[in-house]
Amino acid sequence: MSDITRESVEHLAMLARIALTEEEVTQLTGELSQIVDAIATVSEVAGDDVPATSHPVPLSDVMRDDVPGETLSLEDVFRGAPAHDGERFRVSAILGEEQ
Amino acid sequence: MTSIISLSAAELSEKLASREVSSEEATKAHLERIEAVEGSINAFLHVNDEALAAAKQIDERRAAGEQLHELAGVPIAIKDVLTTKGMPSTSGSRMLEGWVPPYDATVVARLKQAGLIALGKTNMDEFAMGSSTEHSAFGPTKNPWDLNRIPGGSGGGSAAAVAALEAPIALGSDTGGSIRQPAAVTGTVGVKPTYGGVSRYGAIALASSLDQVGPVSRTVLDAALVHDVIGGHDPHDATSLEREWPSFAAAAREGADGADLTGVRFGVVKELDADGISADVQARFKDAVAVIEAAGGEVTEISAPSFKYAVAAYYLILPAEASSNLARFDSVRYGLRVEEPGQTVEQVMAASREAGFGPEVKRRIILGTYALSAGYYDAYYGSAQKVRTLIQRDLEEAFQKVDVLISPAAPTTAFKLGEKIDDPLAMYVNDITTIPANLAGTPGMSIPMGLGADGLPTGLQLMAPMFEDERLYRFGAAIESRLNGGWAGPLALQNSRLEALSDGGAR
Repeated sequence: MSDITRESVEHLAMLARIALTEEEVTQLTGELSQIVDAIATVSEVAGDDVPATSHPVPLSDVMRDDVPGETLSLEDVFRGAPAHDGERFRVSAILGEEQ
Repeated sequence: MTSIISLSAAELSEKLASREVSSEEATKAHLERIEAVEGSINAFLHVNDEALAAAKQIDERRAAGEQLHELAGVPIAIKDVLTTKGMPSTSGSRMLEGWVPPYDATVVARLKQAGLIALGKTNMDEFAMGSSTEHSAFGPTKNPWDLNRIPGGSGGGSAAAVAALEAPIALGSDTGGSIRQPAAVTGTVGVKPTYGGVSRYGAIALASSLDQVGPVSRTVLDAALVHDVIGGHDPHDATSLEREWPSFAAAAREGADGADLTGVRFGVVKELDADGISADVQARFKDAVAVIEAAGGEVTEISAPSFKYAVAAYYLILPAEASSNLARFDSVRYGLRVEEPGQTVEQVMAASREAGFGPEVKRRIILGTYALSAGYYDAYYGSAQKVRTLIQRDLEEAFQKVDVLISPAAPTTAFKLGEKIDDPLAMYVNDITTIPANLAGTPGMSIPMGLGADGLPTGLQLMAPMFEDERLYRFGAAIESRLNGGWAGPLALQNSRLEALSDGGAR
C-alpha cells in the first residue's frame, strides 16, 4: 500500500505550485493511492544489474556551429505575455510583505 | 460519397498536378465539409481563415509552371500540440487559450515549404494526456462512426477529422499511442516514427523522451507521403537523428504493388494477444493473421515478458517528465495569469496553474512530482527506467527472429463517451498495446483491421526495429491492399454514417 496522505498531496501541490482546492486534495489522495499501488510493480522487476534507460537513442554532446541565427523581436515575445512593459515581463512582488 | 473530400492525398495530388482540380477547389471542399460536420464532430479547435488564400497562391505558382512538391496544394489538419505562427496553439488547455505562437514547429514549416495547406488545428486531450479526447478543455471530439463514442486520444481530433473526411491527412503526436490508438478506433492510419526521426521542435512537450510527431491518414501511402515531408534531421532539436532516411512513399508503393509477403517473418506478441483484448478485436486480429499468411508471410509467436510492466513504467516516466516540462507554464511569459492585488508571484503562479490546468493534468503533475521526490526516486522512477531497458532487450531479441511484430493496436473498439472518464486507471491500461514502442523508441503503425461485430473499427499494429520505419510502410501497404480488397477501398470510406454527419449531430 502506498503511503499517500492528505498532507503529502498538499505538500506535492505546493512543490508543483498548484493551489488545489480542499475537494481536489481529497479526490487526489484517493486516486493517487490507487495509481501508485498499481504502478509500484515496477520495483519488483528489475534487479541491480539492469542499467537504467533515460532516453531511447543515446546521444551526447550534440553540437552545432556557433553562428548567429534568427531571434524573436520583443514585439513577438511580448504578444503572448500576460503583462509586460515593452522591455520586460511584468510580475507581481517576488517577496511578500512579511518577508 | 464520391467527391473531392473522399480522395486520398495521393489521388488528390494527381488531380492537382493534371489541373483537373485546383487547390482552391480542394481546400474549399474541405472547409465546407468542416463547416457542415463540426456541429457533430468537434474535431477542430481553430479553422485557418487564410487557407483559401494559401491555396490560391499554390494554384498561381503551378499555373506559372513552377515545379512543386507532390503534395503541394493538398490540405492538411494539424494537431493543436504543434506551434503554428498566426494560428492559436493551445494544446487543448485553458492555460494557452488564445496563445498565438511567434514561430512554426519545424514539421509545420516543412509542410508550408512543400506547399501543403493548413486547414486548422485539431482537438486533443489537454497537453496530450488522455486516450479519449475527453480531457480537452474545449469539449470532447466525437467518433464519426458513432457520435456517442470516443475517437481515441490524445489525437482524437486529427483522427476524427480524417475519418469524417474533413481533411485527407493530418499531423499527430504519439507519446504512448496518441496517434495509433485514435487511428485504430476511427478506421484510419497512424504512424509513430522512430524516436528522433521527426523533429520535436515546436511540439509542446509532454514527455520529451517519449514524444514523437507523425502522420495521420486514411491510407498507408498517404502517411508515407507526409512522413517524407516532415522527417529528417533538424538542428533545432538536439534529439533529432542525423541520418539518411529512404523514401517511405516509395516503400509503400512497392509494398502495395503485388502485395506479396513471401518470406517476411511476422511475430505475434503473445503478451498483447491476451487478457483485456476484446473478442471483437481478437477475431479481426485472427483474420488479419490469416490474410498475412495467405500472402506468403510466416507468422510465429513471440514473447516479450517485460511488456506486462510497460504501463506501470510509462505512468511513472511520463508524469515525471511532464511535471518538469509543464513547469514552464508559470504565468510569466505566456499563458493564463490569475492574480489578485497583494499576491506574491508564487501565489499568482499557484492560482494560475490551479485555474489553467484540468483534472488529468493536475493528477499527472502531482504523480510526477511524487515519483521524483527524494526517498521515492530509486524505487519508482529509477525502476521504471530499468523496465525500459528490459523492454528494449525484449524487442531486440524478438527482432533477431522476426522482421515485424504485430498486435491489435487498441484492446477494444471505441468505448462510450464518459465510460472511463472517472476511472484514471481504466483509461491508462487502455494504452497497453502502444506504450512499449514509445518506451523503446521503436517505430509503430496502426492500420484498419476491419469492423467488429459492433460495427466499429479495429486496428492492426505493426512494430519494426529502430530506424526501420520503411518496413512499416512496405509491409503495412501490402497488408492494407489485401485487407482493403475485402471491403473495397479504405475502411474509413465504408462508414455508412458519413453522409448523415452533416445533420449537425441529429443522429
